[in-house]
Amino acid sequence: MRLTIKYFGLLAEVTQCSEEQFEFSGMLISELLETIYLKHPKLKEKDFQVAQNQIIVTNETEISGRDIALLPPFSGG
Amino acid sequence: MNNKKPKNVFKDGAISSEFIANSIAKHQSKTSIGAHNIFLGQVRADIIDDKTVLDIEYTAYEDMANAKFHDIREAAFSKFDLTCMHIYHSLGKVNTGEICMFVFVSSPRRKEVFKAIEFIVEEIKANVPVFGKEIFEDKTHQWKVNT
Repeated sequence: MRLTIKYFGLLAEVTQCSEEQFEFSGMLISELLETIYLKHPKLKEKDFQVAQNQIIVTNETEISGRDIALLPPFSGG
Repeated sequence: MNNKKPKNVFKDGAISSEFIANSIAKHQSKTSIGAHNIFLGQVRADIIDDKTVLDIEYTAYEDMANAKFHDIREAAFSKFDLTCMHIYHSLGKVNTGEICMFVFVSSPRRKEVFKAIEFIVEEIKANVPVFGKEIFEDKTHQWKVNT
C-alpha cells in the first residue's frame, strides 16, 4: 500500500519535507519505521512519537493506512 | 461527552492584551459566574550557550491539536463545575515578552477555577502536538522541549 507520512518540527528539518509517500507492504508501525529509516537514517537518533489517525500509537500497533505522523517532543504553551 | 466539532484554537501570531481584555469584558453579562481564572503563557528570553532567544515560531499538527484541545475541554467540563472555558494558542512568530497561550475558565466558585486551570494547562503541555522553534539573535535556532 501507499502511505503518506507527515513530519513536524525538528523531524521535518531532518527529512527536509513536511510529508512524503512510501510504498509499504508490512503490518506494523515498527516495520514502517525501518522503511523510513532506510531513507532518513538520521531520524533514528531523534526522539519522537508516532500518531495514526491522530492518536499516539506504539511500535506494535498495526497500520490501518491513514494519517500517519511523526511527532517530536511537544512544546506548546 | 457530545459530538461537537472541535473549534479552531489557533491564532496567527501573538495574543494581544486587547483580545484578552475583550474576552474578560464579554463575560460581564454572565452573572452566574463568581470566579474567573486566567493562564497566560509568555515567550521567555532564555539564554542558551550565551545566545538569547528573540522569538518562537510555533507550528502544530493542527487537526490533531484541535482534537486534543477539544478532548481536554470536554474532560475539564466533566471534572470541574465550570460555566465556560476558552483556550487560544499562537501559531507562527511570537516575540519574547508576548503572549502565546491564553486559557480562561469561569465558574460560580473560586476553588473550581484554581483546580481547572492547572489541569488544562498541564494537559496541553503534555498532550497537544505544538512545536516551538526558538530563534536566537544570530538567526540560529533550536527546538524547544517542554519540561
